[in-house]
Amino acid sequence: MKYLDEYRDPQAARKYVAAIKKITKKPWTIMEICGGQTHAIVRYGIQNMLPDEITLVHGPGCPVCVTPIEKIDKALEIAARSNVIFCSFGDMLRVPGSSKDLLTVRAEGGDVRAIYSPLDAVQIARDNPDKEIVFFAVGFETTAPGNAMAAYQAKEMGLKKFSMLVSHVLVPPAMESILSNTECRVEGFLAAGHVCTVMGIEAYAPISSRYKVPIVVTGFEPLDILQGLYMCISQLEQGQTNVENQYVRVVEEHGNRLAQELISKVFRIIPRQWRGLGEIPQSGWKLTAEYEDLDAEYRFDMIDIVQKECSECISGEIMQGLKKPMQCPAFASKCTPDHPLGAPMVSAEGACSAYYRYGNE
Amino acid sequence: MCLAIPGRIIAIFGRDSFSRMGKVTYGGITKEASLAFVPEAIEGDYILVHAGVAISVIKGEEARKTFEYLDQIGEVEI
Amino acid sequence: MNCPVPLSDYPTVMMAHGGGGRLMQRLIDELFRAAFVDVQPHDGAVLDIPQDKIVITTDSFVVSPLFFPGGNIGNLAVNGTINDLAMCGAKPRYLSVSFILEEGLSMETLWQVVRAMRTAADVANVAIVTGDTKVVERGRGNGLYINTTGIGVLEHNHVIAPDQVKSDDVVILSRDIGRHGMAVMGSREGLSFESDIKSDCAPLSAYVQDILQAGIIPHCLRDATRGGVAAVLNEIATASKLQIDIRENAIPVDEAVRGACEILGFDPLHIANEGCFVAFIAPQEQDSVLDILHRYNPQAAIIGTVADNKPGLVTLETPIGGRRILDMPAGEILPRIC
Repeated sequence: MKYLDEYRDPQAARKYVAAIKKITKKPWTIMEICGGQTHAIVRYGIQNMLPDEITLVHGPGCPVCVTPIEKIDKALEIAARSNVIFCSFGDMLRVPGSSKDLLTVRAEGGDVRAIYSPLDAVQIARDNPDKEIVFFAVGFETTAPGNAMAAYQAKEMGLKKFSMLVSHVLVPPAMESILSNTECRVEGFLAAGHVCTVMGIEAYAPISSRYKVPIVVTGFEPLDILQGLYMCISQLEQGQTNVENQYVRVVEEHGNRLAQELISKVFRIIPRQWRGLGEIPQSGWKLTAEYEDLDAEYRFDMIDIVQKECSECISGEIMQGLKKPMQCPAFASKCTPDHPLGAPMVSAEGACSAYYRYGNE
Repeated sequence: MCLAIPGRIIAIFGRDSFSRMGKVTYGGITKEASLAFVPEAIEGDYILVHAGVAISVIKGEEARKTFEYLDQIGEVEI
Repeated sequence: MNCPVPLSDYPTVMMAHGGGGRLMQRLIDELFRAAFVDVQPHDGAVLDIPQDKIVITTDSFVVSPLFFPGGNIGNLAVNGTINDLAMCGAKPRYLSVSFILEEGLSMETLWQVVRAMRTAADVANVAIVTGDTKVVERGRGNGLYINTTGIGVLEHNHVIAPDQVKSDDVVILSRDIGRHGMAVMGSREGLSFESDIKSDCAPLSAYVQDILQAGIIPHCLRDATRGGVAAVLNEIATASKLQIDIRENAIPVDEAVRGACEILGFDPLHIANEGCFVAFIAPQEQDSVLDILHRYNPQAAIIGTVADNKPGLVTLETPIGGRRILDMPAGEILPRIC
């Protein structure tokens, strides 16, 4: 497949690894912010190819993992209702709420459907005019154009029974939150290429200069990640703290303007709870006044549900790079992908799940 | 995050900008994607698709950069 | 061949078709026995088995949708059980067939399924000798479910099983992977896509007979059905208390299957197959086995080796030369966005 296969070329990968070894003189800790990158790093065995001096920590860049338990509980309650078709991205179905997950709700008789695209939820609403269609609109900035489009289309088509349970998070405030922690050990970042495809890279210069860290906007194929790491290590070794763009084939300085316009029509910025990290200011989106009638939390009277997170899980520290999954007492014993305690064990690319699945020899 | 995969547009349909759709092929399978956010995309273009929505047109001339960069940083003994 | 039950009578399955009366008798006589000519009108079948050792296996089939590119629940139910016998090194001979029909299933659909079963049994040279039918109320079944039990004969005295795998064995894959799972996925509502992916659903008994007839005794054979190649390798590594090391680049995956896996976020190694198996073979016999498998499919390939290292571990060399653990897929395979 064009634009995938060439970025998985073993010979070029070996050259990048050799080049990284050549320039690495000191130990460095680099965080890849995005779960998709974590997935690629583990799936391709990249960590083990790198020199010992380089430590990669896996950031909170998985919207499934950081969705607060309270939101999941709301989803579970709505999905269990008899007149509801609850549509969700597949990876969300296994995320544990305080007592169960959406797959269990389905087994108990709820109509829960895994969909590929937000627009599929709109189609389901058109096909089932008598049912309440609720779409679990989770995601980072990358998924926002599609989620906003679903809201826009539903309104245009007058689909009165379509609503969205919104759980949107924003990457730059999370990076700031991690960097502002006094215990933070992260010295350089690979920023999430697909988030930047939508939003552009302008938000990162202030972060880079305030916290004095290099930030390299990076793609998702093995060669992208190796090049991103090379660029980041090269800056670290030379004492530079710039924003660079490795992923030039899709990321533009300003991002996708049309997508941003629709996003700002449909969503507004709010403070938000992150599972494991707590509340981060200005780090989430909810529907604007114009679209508030699509908000499932109002429609199903869910506003008052409050729920606390499980205390055994150290997912917050893992997602900030303060600890590795193996340092959690529950890792691979009490907590496995089949019985996840915390969010990073749930999604295939949550840091804990990725470690459990692919391991490190 | 975010699983986004490059595919090639083989047909475009839909009336106004926000209902613009395309048939997109990914190595032998075809699925529809929204082209609302890539109005510049034409048939034959490669686009990056996330959850059924195109978020960018892939710039072919920039795609070599990863390999050119490797050449620039010099021959490395392996 | 048209459906032999006059559609004007009852174009769909009725509760009475499972009720034991005249309607059920007509269904058996006119539809089932029209296809399954070896079934005697009796409660069981008397079988002629010359060998000392027989192999018996059973499997139930609940696939949805009932029809998918490359097959349907009928030929799947026949081939699935035949393949389980073949993987034990047996020559499949007899099948029993048990139907659970949902009230309202169209007779035409049932006939298509039954006909596909007959064809699949003929291809593999097995006889369908006995069966059963039950009908459940509408809404309590997915059209139809099928259970098949198979009997095969062992014409040799060797054990072909996971605990026979030895260190230094080579792991051979009979063809490209992921076709069945993605063919079914592509025809399901919601995640559908257009492609020419067809299920690989096929009998594997001829492959195995050819290997045995060449005087080669494979140490272990396993068809890579649910959970895909990843699940099978993990099961065998655990059962044999050995380590299996494979190379991802050696595993053939069709371009369309790969495309579908990329957009939905699946690993082809986790996807189900219905006509694909892994063989554990002594290294000196790898070329002969590959030659035999290549007669059926040019994509058959050596994908790895067995080592006396960490018991139960499966590792995979990644396409860029890294190495990672290949784990069992966890539960239901769900599409990812992230």
